[in-house]
Amino acid sequence: MPAEARSDGRIVIVGASLAGLRAAETLRDEGFSGELTLVGEEPHPPYDRPPLTKQVLLGRVRADDVGLPRRRAVEARWKLGVRASGLDLYGKKVLLANGEQLPFDRLLIATGTRARPWPDPDAARLDGVFTVRTRDDAGRLAERFAAGPRRVLVIGAGFTGSEIASACRERGIEVTVAERGPAPLVGALGGTLGAFAARMQRAHGVDLRCGVTVTGLKGADGRLTGAELSDGGRIDADIAVIALGAVRNTEWLAGSGLAAGPRGVACDAGCRAFDMYGIVTDDIFVAGDVARFPHPLFEYQMLSLEHWGNAVAQAEVAAHNMISSGPHRRPHLTVPAFWSSQFGLNIKSIGVPTFSDQVVVAQGSPEEGRLVAVYGYRGRVTAAVSVNRAKWLEHYRRLIETAAPFPPGPGAADRPESAEPVPSDVPDPKVLSHGPTVALTGHLPDRRLTLVRPGG
Amino acid sequence: MSTETLFHRIADYASRPDPYPLYAELREHGVVRQDDGSYLVGTYDEIAALLHDPRISSDRRLRTVPDPLGPGQDDVPPAFIGLDDPEHDRLRRLTMRPFGPPHSPGRIDALRDEISRIAGELADGFGGDGKRIDIVDDFAYPLPVTVICRLLGVPTEDEPRFRAWSDTIVAGFDSTPGEDPEQRVRSATEARRAMALYLGELAESRRGHPSDDMLSALVNDEAPEGRMNRIELMTTSVLLLIAGHETTVNLITNGVLTLLRHPDALARLRDDPALMPQAVEELLRYEPPVQMLPQRTPLADVEVSGVTVPQGAPLILVLAAGNRDPLRFAEPDRFDITRPDNQHLGFGSGVHSCFGAPLARIETQIALTTLLHRLGDLRLVEDPPPYRTNPVLRGPRHLVVEPRA
Repeated sequence: MPAEARSDGRIVIVGASLAGLRAAETLRDEGFSGELTLVGEEPHPPYDRPPLTKQVLLGRVRADDVGLPRRRAVEARWKLGVRASGLDLYGKKVLLANGEQLPFDRLLIATGTRARPWPDPDAARLDGVFTVRTRDDAGRLAERFAAGPRRVLVIGAGFTGSEIASACRERGIEVTVAERGPAPLVGALGGTLGAFAARMQRAHGVDLRCGVTVTGLKGADGRLTGAELSDGGRIDADIAVIALGAVRNTEWLAGSGLAAGPRGVACDAGCRAFDMYGIVTDDIFVAGDVARFPHPLFEYQMLSLEHWGNAVAQAEVAAHNMISSGPHRRPHLTVPAFWSSQFGLNIKSIGVPTFSDQVVVAQGSPEEGRLVAVYGYRGRVTAAVSVNRAKWLEHYRRLIETAAPFPPGPGAADRPESAEPVPSDVPDPKVLSHGPTVALTGHLPDRRLTLVRPGG
Repeated sequence: MSTETLFHRIADYASRPDPYPLYAELREHGVVRQDDGSYLVGTYDEIAALLHDPRISSDRRLRTVPDPLGPGQDDVPPAFIGLDDPEHDRLRRLTMRPFGPPHSPGRIDALRDEISRIAGELADGFGGDGKRIDIVDDFAYPLPVTVICRLLGVPTEDEPRFRAWSDTIVAGFDSTPGEDPEQRVRSATEARRAMALYLGELAESRRGHPSDDMLSALVNDEAPEGRMNRIELMTTSVLLLIAGHETTVNLITNGVLTLLRHPDALARLRDDPALMPQAVEELLRYEPPVQMLPQRTPLADVEVSGVTVPQGAPLILVLAAGNRDPLRFAEPDRFDITRPDNQHLGFGSGVHSCFGAPLARIETQIALTTLLHRLGDLRLVEDPPPYRTNPVLRGPRHLVVEPRA
């Protein structure tokens, strides 16, 4: 194929949220003049999800006021409120649930994730049981919060669950958080930050139960009344929020021949999708939460990121590569980063904290509610997490990018007296109960073990 | 010439109109050690990294090598610009509460109308046709001073008093060779103390009588971090008043000077005023009002482009040199008001990044827009204009313009 720009033809983007919109804008910005179609399962134009568990649940912003700002006009055909149901790689067509077929020259898959549902579908249908992924979810839950529930049960203490618990406390609502792991946020940030988060939640009056699972949701007359816990305990609650992580929206690609599965759609560093044989396609691209891509800073392991910033950066690279060829294509190499606000604190992460064996509090004082924790893997810096110290992270980004030695050297301002590394206690990615916001979907090199059963 | 004396050559008053060739020389050598044991850095990436490096202190009291700025001002502690975390962060947070987000997100934006009115009134005073105007004395100085006084709650009629103090304090940072640094620093210390007492008394008079100004908020509001003590309140108020005084005047004046030197850019801005915010960013890159940060000191030996800067050595980050680094900016010596990806160092970066930046931005945008609309075709009476002596806070002392005949 000649190395020329491909600025015409038909492009279909499946997924009309952050990644889909930013990709469409980038395509037009970079001169794509062909036919552009966006398909979105939700009826709403693209909106911003981070406020849903923050300002919307606090009642400060209405759920229908979270539309994403537009960078430019995209002159696209919008197919909203209709789900993509299949992909025909041979015929180069996207099949829609309403029977329509969309032929394409190039396709971007940006279908993202949905909330992992409660495993018992009958209990999940009880009035008072919620998940929070869409603006409709958040709008309904905010109404319930405003009505003053007796107690909210949050199941799962990842970032979503913790932010919801924080919103409850800020609104003066009693809340119980049930977490299967040893502490909140442990799946994403490991033991040290998990212990910090547990103290923070309890200090704000959260009834935090760690090391327990919810074995059943109880209802009467179709309404939730409470839940039973694995330790024999019972919680009376009129609202339960299921915050057990996300499921990647890849079912529509089953049988398509793409390398798509529960961990996402695999692609190369240039966002080009792999087919099921591991051969890279040249006309199918992936971006956002649904993508799995290799990252050189993390030993080329496949990463799946549920990060706002990654959706934007990856969409921009994918869009650029869709209309470029050969050496004009760019790799997606952004250092992963995400933030959360909860319990009056700003938490920001850079790098991949779960790609670590040790962690050290390099700056600040956890007791005084400020810190920078630096993560290392085999003697090099791989991540940093700040609490109320986001401005320091730029320095650690440089350390991550240059694979600087871990632990970082002396001399940092506000350095704690004992800055000794401890084990990072991140969970094995293979046994995660609910997705961390960064999932390593390969294997850590030093944990590539073969289990040999001793002969009988 | 030896790079060991580069700082002296930059500080030399003869270099004031155009220090940029010296900055290019600095960039060529990366990190340059001076004969007094201080170090200069002038390349963009290195400056940006050092501005974010937690091992780089802003507290001059931690210097172990003789300080080119002269002895520290021991008896009055530094304001947060000269402190490290956690103290810096606590004071900056407390000061931010009545100034910007998250507690006062609309504060600065709400000043737009008043700034426009003040700028308009100053322009009304320019007098009739054919008259010469000094952009500095008639406009660029009184505008930000009036605004900062209003914001802090300082009576404008006291302006002559604190103008004198401010001049003396800023001269304390002025390391013009050949002057007696002891005397200069002693005068600066006295001026700073006098200004601190004045502002401290003003703030105390508001205790229990809150009004809509920052001094009142700082003395009355209760934050989770507590309240500032009397000394902290004084040093912070002095910092805000001086910073509001000495920097924006240069930005506005440099703006007028640069636009008059680039008539094409000026014409474009007249046609399309929506370009003004971008133009001000380019101005902050091209002629930054704070040319360098002379206060930094490593807390440990730090390697910068292969040179080890020892712990305790004075480290001078030349922002204006980084802003013209060709490795970061294409055609860096070209003034381009539509320059894309313009992440300049004009406001510094990192934890000490300019506190007043949002105010400086809108003041300068409004000031230049007002002048573009009020003034016809102008010419510079003298180019280059006479400069202030200070090499750090660099800008014209006067900028006389007159209508083109």
